[in-house]
Amino acid sequence: MGDMAGTNAVETQGLRKVYGEQTAVADLTLTVPRGEVFGFLGPNGAGKTTAVKMLLGLVAPTAGEALVLDRPLGDPAGRARVGFLPEHFRFHDWLKASEFLKLHADLYGVPAKVSRQRIPELLALVDLSAHADKKLRAFSKGMLQRIGLAQTLLNDPELVFLDEPTSGLDPMGRRLVRDIIHTLRERGTTVFLNSHLLSEVEITCDRVAFIRRGELVRISALEDLVNGELVVRLRVGPQRPRIPPDVLVGLAAWGDNVRAEGDRITLTAHGEADLPEIARYLIGRGFDLYELSPQRVSLEELFVEIVGGETG
Amino acid sequence: MRPIWIVAKLTLREAARRKILLAAILLSVAFLSVYGVGLHYIHLELMKTGEFANTLVRNQIYNFMMLSGMYVVNFLYAAMAVLTSVDTVAGEIASGTIQSLAAKPVPRWQLLLGKWLGLVVMMTLYLALMAGGVLTLGNTLTPYNLPNVGRGLPLIWLNGILLLSISLLGGTRLSTLANGVVAFAGYGMAVIGGWVEQIGAFLKSPTAVNVGVVSSLILPSEALWKRAAYEMRSPVVDMLGFSPFTSGYSVPSGAMIGYAIAYAVVALLLALRSFGRRDL
Repeated sequence: MGDMAGTNAVETQGLRKVYGEQTAVADLTLTVPRGEVFGFLGPNGAGKTTAVKMLLGLVAPTAGEALVLDRPLGDPAGRARVGFLPEHFRFHDWLKASEFLKLHADLYGVPAKVSRQRIPELLALVDLSAHADKKLRAFSKGMLQRIGLAQTLLNDPELVFLDEPTSGLDPMGRRLVRDIIHTLRERGTTVFLNSHLLSEVEITCDRVAFIRRGELVRISALEDLVNGELVVRLRVGPQRPRIPPDVLVGLAAWGDNVRAEGDRITLTAHGEADLPEIARYLIGRGFDLYELSPQRVSLEELFVEIVGGETG
Repeated sequence: MRPIWIVAKLTLREAARRKILLAAILLSVAFLSVYGVGLHYIHLELMKTGEFANTLVRNQIYNFMMLSGMYVVNFLYAAMAVLTSVDTVAGEIASGTIQSLAAKPVPRWQLLLGKWLGLVVMMTLYLALMAGGVLTLGNTLTPYNLPNVGRGLPLIWLNGILLLSISLLGGTRLSTLANGVVAFAGYGMAVIGGWVEQIGAFLKSPTAVNVGVVSSLILPSEALWKRAAYEMRSPVVDMLGFSPFTSGYSVPSGAMIGYAIAYAVVALLLALRSFGRRDL
């Protein structure tokens, strides 16, 4: 740690939290480069919230260390450019929407001149301009989630933690969250997204970590996850009933798990770009190609496989 | 340091918005009305009959009346200290409201100190209203002025600050309900300990006095009131020997007052530390 300072938004080393007998987070070691939209995916109760709370200084780790925007945990100044939307977001519901944003801007230390301009902008961004003078008590769950999102952006953050941001939102609200994440990505803001919803992670994230019972099971670029698991089924003509072994060895250049059965071949291709190559190769070897059907193993199937079916 | 003011202002605004201040003011007016009417008629009665022609005796009754008023003020103010603070930390931790605040680039102790400060301001206003009301009524409706108010009132004020600091400390670790039970039970114990001490002193029972002293060491709340009442007593009471509120037999010492101040400071510091260290 340290030698990569400046390029990573989050670096953790053996971060661990134990409550009594229960290990909420076990030896979490991960790195989130700046500018990435990072998905932290796992069933409810997997330790995602505890992990984020440790990174925000809300919960003290039992062991391990971490840097958030190059500052060690527990340094309040390090949170100056960090935004946070807690899960089950609660607030002072007797405040008006605009007062609520002003309060949080003040706590961020945003100068009054800046917040006077930024608050109306953020209200517009989350489509709540018309409700600026309404008390939060009168807000619907979706509106609260949106004002909570606006709150995370008050300090023009470099890093935003969103803990289950679409829970309780209708499809329009979910879309709004997605759009905001896209906007943040364009701005170069790092997003750390906790979710138990695959679809959410699938749509928005660059990279995804799977967490299960406090343990990090796998981290992959989303592209690899989706494209890497491309199962291709091939059927060649009946005139060559036995497929020579060297053809299977040749096919291994574009995929793994190459298997032949009668006139059928299946393999897991490395990527979509390999499909024409596979076709060319087989035709070049004198086969008639009757079928080439690529089939994506959905992230959901992968999710179920990785987290063992413990969906939330 | 700015976040302290932000949170202090937020606490005051919450009291105003949630109609805590309004309820307190309305009930203070009700209390002062009853008190004023009572004081007025007692005064008329005292002036009418020749029985109380002696100014010394009359002043003794006025003093008793005004100390009665202050006794209730002290009690209501102490209850206010606990009621307004018992949930402010524990409740925000339980609901999760605290999370978005504590994730800000602000040291935790500043958040808690801000709450403390806001509540101190609110309670000071409340005490000023209630005690000011009792004193003003006494001064205008009767020819008597309560002596040494400048010495007694700060001790009553300190009682509330003490209870506030303890209740905030409890709130950093206990649930709202448990915290409230602890605070009120502690206060009740201190009050009964204070009475045991007074009566024990009157009956010359050193054991009873010691029980009172120990209860004051556990929670020096009632000791502050006893000393405040002693400061504001009528000089005649020393000659008469005994009154429900004051007696010369067992007066909380200056050391006990110093102990109470230290107690409040330590409770506040522990609260700041405890809040800073707990998981939210």
